[in-house]
Amino acid sequence: MSISKLVSGVEEACSGVEDGMTLMLGGFGLCGIPENCIEQLVKLGVKDVTCISNNAGVDGFGLGKLLSGHQIHKMISSYVGENDEFERQMLSGELEVDLIPQGSLAERCRAGGAGIPAFYTPAGYGTEVAEGKEVREFNGKPHILESALTADFAFVKAWKGDAAGNLIFKATARNFNPMMAMAGKITIAEVEELVPVGELDPNEIHTPGIFVQRIFQGHSFERRIEQRTVRPLNSPS
Amino acid sequence: MLDKNGIATRIAQEVRDGWYVNLGIGIPTLVANHIQKGMEVEFQSENGILGMGPFPIEGSEDADLINAGKQTITAMPGAVYFDSATSFAMIRGCHVQLTVLGAMEVSANGDIANWKIPGKMVKGMGGAMDLVASADNIVVAMMHTNRAGESKLLPTCSLPLTGVGCVKRVVTNLAVLDIKDGAFHLVERAPGVSVQEIIDATAGELIAPSDVPEMTL
Repeated sequence: MSISKLVSGVEEACSGVEDGMTLMLGGFGLCGIPENCIEQLVKLGVKDVTCISNNAGVDGFGLGKLLSGHQIHKMISSYVGENDEFERQMLSGELEVDLIPQGSLAERCRAGGAGIPAFYTPAGYGTEVAEGKEVREFNGKPHILESALTADFAFVKAWKGDAAGNLIFKATARNFNPMMAMAGKITIAEVEELVPVGELDPNEIHTPGIFVQRIFQGHSFERRIEQRTVRPLNSPS
Repeated sequence: MLDKNGIATRIAQEVRDGWYVNLGIGIPTLVANHIQKGMEVEFQSENGILGMGPFPIEGSEDADLINAGKQTITAMPGAVYFDSATSFAMIRGCHVQLTVLGAMEVSANGDIANWKIPGKMVKGMGGAMDLVASADNIVVAMMHTNRAGESKLLPTCSLPLTGVGCVKRVVTNLAVLDIKDGAFHLVERAPGVSVQEIIDATAGELIAPSDVPEMTL
């Protein structure tokens, strides 16, 4: 008998989130972000949170909603170029920002979930990112020591999931979601399609349910496109 | 002198059959349009796809299928999706044979700066630091000078660095240059561009042989 992680909806899923907590949010740009939970965090009005997310949304959508309500005290991200309000808060000193290389961000989350406290990587050696970090040479090449990241709550968005918490992501909406699911003390998954336990092929599950504490059927996904690029019909591929 | 597509066309000549290639945002993205027909090449985008295809036909775009520039894309037959940690394992583990990216500045010892202008622009490094720290084969695609007409090929970078001693080749609107032993080495001239013009536009030490061939595009 599988262990049920099913909760009634986004209200129950987000219960226990408090001011000052560290939150992880999956997604790359606006692709694969936990839209329902972000809405709920806005409603709850939690303040002074630290958000770990590759990007910071755009003005008025995604994490941009939390930013405009001044709910975020600190952002840990790799790229934040699409948000004017973010830039304004950062330059005025209202918002603390820690920019880290994207691969290091992914691996730091993975390490946090995998019980690896720190690791060496060549990324960022000789740059601002390396300031204050231990440097060690391996195979004649300098590396810097990066520490693991964990979070009080991790919010992920999946395509399909079951009550056991097993998740399947769609296309490039997978991105940071699997690692953040591993690194959350409490991981909340919102899914486009909640299916009965046993329906997902165990061969094809991306995130095993052991990493997920709460799962619910999400609603009204906007799935906004950030850069709509197309080619005309009949164009050569 | 080359335009952006000309730079991309020249860089496409660097690509070899059987290579996995990561293309950055901007001019590098255009390289995909100029790969020699019949060559087996797969494009990796660090947000989690190998086997990236062209932009979708209008009306078939999918919000869940984007590249690292957040543009809607398609997937080629045989494509695969993966998470960000796996993506950077491909990059850090040197499984990707060629990385093409843009730059604000490149120095004569191979340093690159492309993520921050202090006090003005702070967008973040995205995956650039991981890419330049690990890839064996990094080609920079950029204009030779900035909008103010100042050289982007410098003795040392003035902007915060993205990586140190990592750039091996630069393709600009004026020339192909290799970086070795702390200097730029002129390899090819763009059509109609003289060696003197390239010397004038290069602030870092430039070594030019007596005969510099013109690019064939």
